[in-house]
Amino acid sequence: MDFSLTEEHLMTERMVQNFTQKEILPVIKEYDRKQEPIPFALQRLGELGILGICIPVRYGGQGMDFISLGLACEGLEAADTSLRVAMSVHVGLCALTLLQWGSEEQKQKYLVPLASGQKLGCGVFTEPGMGSDVASMSTSAKRDGDFYILNGEKMWISLASKADYAMVTVRTNPGAARPSNRLSTFIVDLNMPGITRGDIHGKLGVRAGSTGWINFQDARVPVENRIGEEGEGFKITMSAFDHGRYTVASGAAGIVRAALEASVRYAKERTSFGKPIAEHQLIQEKIARMSQDYEIARLLYLRAGWLKNQGVRNTLETSFAKKFATEASFRAADDAIQIHGAYGYSDEYDVERYLRNARGAIIYEGSSEIQTLIQAGYALGERQEKPLRCEMPAYDPDYWQS
Amino acid sequence: MKIVACIKQVPDSAAKVVVENGRVFWGDAPLVINPWDEFAVEAALQLKEKHGGTLTVISVGGENEKEAIKHALAMGADDAILIADPALSGLDTQSIAQVLASAIQKIGGVDVAFFGRQAIDSDSGLTPAQTARLLNWPALTLAAVISVEADTIKVDRAIEEGRQVVSAKMPAVVSLVKDYGEPRYPSFMGIRKAARAEVPVWSLANLGISAPTSVIAWPEITNPPSRNVVCEIITGSSPEEIAATLADKILAEKVL
Repeated sequence: MDFSLTEEHLMTERMVQNFTQKEILPVIKEYDRKQEPIPFALQRLGELGILGICIPVRYGGQGMDFISLGLACEGLEAADTSLRVAMSVHVGLCALTLLQWGSEEQKQKYLVPLASGQKLGCGVFTEPGMGSDVASMSTSAKRDGDFYILNGEKMWISLASKADYAMVTVRTNPGAARPSNRLSTFIVDLNMPGITRGDIHGKLGVRAGSTGWINFQDARVPVENRIGEEGEGFKITMSAFDHGRYTVASGAAGIVRAALEASVRYAKERTSFGKPIAEHQLIQEKIARMSQDYEIARLLYLRAGWLKNQGVRNTLETSFAKKFATEASFRAADDAIQIHGAYGYSDEYDVERYLRNARGAIIYEGSSEIQTLIQAGYALGERQEKPLRCEMPAYDPDYWQS
Repeated sequence: MKIVACIKQVPDSAAKVVVENGRVFWGDAPLVINPWDEFAVEAALQLKEKHGGTLTVISVGGENEKEAIKHALAMGADDAILIADPALSGLDTQSIAQVLASAIQKIGGVDVAFFGRQAIDSDSGLTPAQTARLLNWPALTLAAVISVEADTIKVDRAIEEGRQVVSAKMPAVVSLVKDYGEPRYPSFMGIRKAARAEVPVWSLANLGISAPTSVIAWPEITNPPSRNVVCEIITGSSPEEIAATLADKILAEKVL
């Protein structure tokens, strides 16, 4: 067993860190306070190739592997969650799902501009009345000749107002016996007639991120934009979550690291009772827990990334990584605030932003409760991997980089 | 054009450097490319992109010290040479310049050799000029803007008093300042290429020179004396009163 990262991985980590240190950290507090996205952030992620990091070069991407994707997400979220969220929806939910399930024509038309950063993508699944219960979604698509007519409203969509393309799952077969066979997925150009969208304000965290709603009013989506077969939408959406949750897990490990580093720095500087607070055992306990949680979170997501590289389904392993890391990130940020005392409660320091940013990921991309049910389902033998018509292939450097 | 960039590997600027028993330690902080040398690589890459040619990176160091070289390759350098030899440890800048000049001569046909203005560890800033002297090439230092026309290189020097435009026939040595513009990040394609690159290692025997002798000794090195900082909290009944007290103290201490 080899736990070492390759030179490519280490250089990817450093590149992302250099980028965030130079361009994101100097301005993030300002935009988080204003509740506005950093205006240049998405463009820079595209220019640097990060938005296409693990997509094959032949489809406009950079040809790196899935561990590189995780390392990039960790580095981005250590700076700010808004950057990792963009990766989750653009790369995880949209581009990787297109790579796995899309036809060659769809990949050429939509994946190439997404992976090269010319266009932005997002994943459109959640509705005002539906989150975890994916099969119960009510947004519908009715077949009309060579088109599907989409109607309904989607909500809590990251990059809703910014994205060009969206991976959208809707109900197409309400009469199907099994709820999971009632859904279909489409790649939709969000600038087409019949689609309106806007932002949601007043979020607890990820305030430099873009979150919004999308309304479909008789939006005519061509049949050739359907991903996979009619009725395959549930399986495709679950594949999308396997990709998206991996980015959430690795990103959350970045918050744990950032909280740990901030705490270590502060604990060595701040004195109480005549010595640095780092020498107080109750402070050490918190730092030790953060340190251990970071190791666990990182190992869990790296294993999921390794499985992805092998082309092995990883729903359970990604669920472990996502649930553990997101909960650990909230705990770490909370402990970091406690270590910082009153200063941690103000936005003079970063740790209060870590706490606000960490909270959402315990809810989105499958809440902790859903992850628990997934894990119990596997443990009890009630849930098993069934072969998919389109499996994500193993990472093959020769194929990915040519 | 045949372009060379000479780079050095230094402790990360965030590292806590301490001196113990006359030796310098920086803990487990990584060695990175000297930040000034990133500007040299960027300038070299831009020149190459504009005029065509190749960029070779040269560094002097231990056989395992390839971080800086790999970084430059990932930025877009075509190839690299590491000069490593047991006789090269603890040399002064003049000796390093002899090694670099020999390497540049061995490569042959070099039009321009780029350097950062100085290294952040030793801060002497002498190597570019000394290398130019040994090569008998002009040294255009502190370059912020560079242009090449035919066999002439023109440089805007960023000096404290303003800008000075100088030009010289190539081949030439050019040292860079940060006014040149931000160095690029490594690209993913560059990262892959750098990770796979086998960097040739040249010894002094390969260069055909004997071990240079340092003319500057290094008898003592110490950390800066620790400063006693006294923190005083200024209080008052109103912001105006606090500001007035603060202003008085600033004037009394002759800060302004």
